[in-house]
Amino acid sequence: MSLQNILNNWDKYRKGHEAGGHHVYEHMWSMVIDLNKCIGCGACSVACYAENNLAVVGKDRFEKGQAMHWLRIERYWDEPNLKPTASDEFQQHGASFLPMMCQQCNAATCEPVCPVAATYHTPDGLNAQVYNRCIGSRYCSNNCPYRLRYFNFYSFYETSWPEPLNLQLNPDLSVRDKGVMEKCTFCVQRIRTAKDTARREGRKVRDGDVQTACQQSCPTTAIVFGDMLDPESRVTKLWKAHEVELGKTAQHKQHPEKRGYRIFEGLNTDPCVMYLERVREV
Amino acid sequence: MKDINEDIKWAQINADVLRSMETPRLGYWIAVATCVAMIACAVVAEIYQYKHGMGYGLLNWPHMWDIYIATFIFWIGMSHSGTLLSAILHIIHADWRKPIYRFAEAMTTFSLMTAGLFPIIHIGRLWNMYWVLPYVTDRGIWPNFRSPLVWDAFAISTYLTSSALFLYIGMIPDLAICRDNARGWRKKLYIALSLGWRGDDRQWRNFRRTYLLMACFLIPLAVSVHSIVSSDFAMSIMPGWHVTTFPPYFVAGALYSGCAAIITLFVLLRYFFRFEEYMTIAILEKTCKLTFAIAMAWTYLNLIEFASTWYGHDVASKEVLLQKFYGPYAPFFWMMMFCGSVVPFTLAIRKFRRHIPTMFVVSLLLNLGMWLERWMIVTPTLANAYHPIAWDTMWPGMVQWAIVFGSFGWFGLLFLVFVKIFPSVSMYEVKEMVYHRRGHAGKDTEEVLHRPVEGVRATTGRPGLEGA
Repeated sequence: MSLQNILNNWDKYRKGHEAGGHHVYEHMWSMVIDLNKCIGCGACSVACYAENNLAVVGKDRFEKGQAMHWLRIERYWDEPNLKPTASDEFQQHGASFLPMMCQQCNAATCEPVCPVAATYHTPDGLNAQVYNRCIGSRYCSNNCPYRLRYFNFYSFYETSWPEPLNLQLNPDLSVRDKGVMEKCTFCVQRIRTAKDTARREGRKVRDGDVQTACQQSCPTTAIVFGDMLDPESRVTKLWKAHEVELGKTAQHKQHPEKRGYRIFEGLNTDPCVMYLERVREV
Repeated sequence: MKDINEDIKWAQINADVLRSMETPRLGYWIAVATCVAMIACAVVAEIYQYKHGMGYGLLNWPHMWDIYIATFIFWIGMSHSGTLLSAILHIIHADWRKPIYRFAEAMTTFSLMTAGLFPIIHIGRLWNMYWVLPYVTDRGIWPNFRSPLVWDAFAISTYLTSSALFLYIGMIPDLAICRDNARGWRKKLYIALSLGWRGDDRQWRNFRRTYLLMACFLIPLAVSVHSIVSSDFAMSIMPGWHVTTFPPYFVAGALYSGCAAIITLFVLLRYFFRFEEYMTIAILEKTCKLTFAIAMAWTYLNLIEFASTWYGHDVASKEVLLQKFYGPYAPFFWMMMFCGSVVPFTLAIRKFRRHIPTMFVVSLLLNLGMWLERWMIVTPTLANAYHPIAWDTMWPGMVQWAIVFGSFGWFGLLFLVFVKIFPSVSMYEVKEMVYHRRGHAGKDTEEVLHRPVEGVRATTGRPGLEGA
């Protein structure tokens, strides 16, 4: 019985999220994005639309701010103008790009505010979103400092994939109806498949077994994905090389070549995505 | 000037109040029709939204909440006045509340019934609303007890139950008076509702005790309810929401809008039901003074919030504050400051305070200011939070406005039904007030107080020992 369950597992329920959802992780999926390599082509975003059944909302709804882009390429034109020549609208060196997907925070601000616990932390270090449980209070999106959660304002499936486009939908995950929140899952269906394959073959998940759609489609390999708990994985090595650590609110390092940083880590959200700063020409 | 005419006869009090419940005139039906039409607007909008999704209200990313939540806080806030008047003033023995607390309490219950609709309306899949309640199932799935929205569900349902109960308990002696004067279906209704009230000593003793107990229970509850509603914001990490002073600020704002609404309804009831004998200018003045004091407390808390943000030097919070000052929503922000902090000074001036049409307009302006305040809490933070790429200005669409508009009709309808079925002035408490103000029992009271009780034979000549 469930009441029994809550009494027996009181310790589990009682513990807060002071140090994140879980204390023992099986994996810690993480990403490294090298902004130096990013050319802003948007292939990752397109791949994400195809992989995750993201609704194409159309121009009108996009302008109303009702788009569903789990992975968005943000363009910034406000890079310091290093050669103040004229009243250029844009900088000499063009825009800077910032691909933003769910940061899979270990101390996610969206998790504690959900009234029905539709978003929670998995032992994989992922910030999961259970569509069936979501009632659409949208508090999680309001409390996300990155604004990386998107809401199904309409039954997008009715118009997004007119026949025969519905045949290109990915059968590995659901098509969401109106009224639920969704966001980047780090391609959880691919992680699931890789874990199942590894278990079937009686081995651990190896680095490179899981490739996210965005990583796969990036022409400049700016995106690296892997398990932080695997000491040999590429992400672990990159995080180490750039002296960025999980569980900190500020990284203290001096060397200019250590470009790693996490967005808004001062808010103690403990995101799992590390960005490598873009090096600017002087 | 006296709060109430002390020479008024008890029978006159009964007659005046019961008259207000007589068969309604044309004006009443027009008011009811208006309210129903307003509700119809909201119902059409809600059906549309239910069928097609939340997007038609022009909610968007990042404006996931908007005037639904603002109006929700507004109605919750309005519900605090009844508790203030009936419970807090009851405990501190401010007896001028007696002629006006009944409708204030009804307002509490009805505004809670209105407020409770908004969380349901605003969620994306409202058919699953009950998931926020901790019901026991074999699946072992519980709501997330750390979420302020779940606390909201608890706080509001508790407050609604208690305030409805409090309203009802306080009405029992009056319902008995109605029962004694009613015919037809009303008689049946009042017989059931008055729970066999005869007005004997034992009943009065139990009644007093229960009433006091409920009053004591309700005060911390009322304070906690709006503190919890403020947690919806204060518990988040968003700039402009994550403010430590929010709980007292919300409670002050709640009492403020509630008091302003009391003045509005005071004027309306006094005019339409000719309650000049009970809702006197002296009582209006006292209510106005109270509202003024609360308005100043609210202004102070507002300034504290600005100052702590300003001197706190948190970049994001400061940006939100500056955007309130001169961003796209600035006209509404300054209107809120004007209505909330400048207009109440009319309450401090005796001449205005005693002029009923002025007070009617002022009370409406105060509530407009309080509604804007709630909007200015919710929206600027969503518009200018941490991540600059998500900065956006959104103006609510017709679907949202229609539902907000309709909520006023729903509140009005509940109130209109109430004033015709239940006494909107507490008869027994007005009698008590008159009795205490006189300092002695008048001729008509003597008669009632020394009426021989049937079935009890005086065995001794000494008073107090009858039936011994």
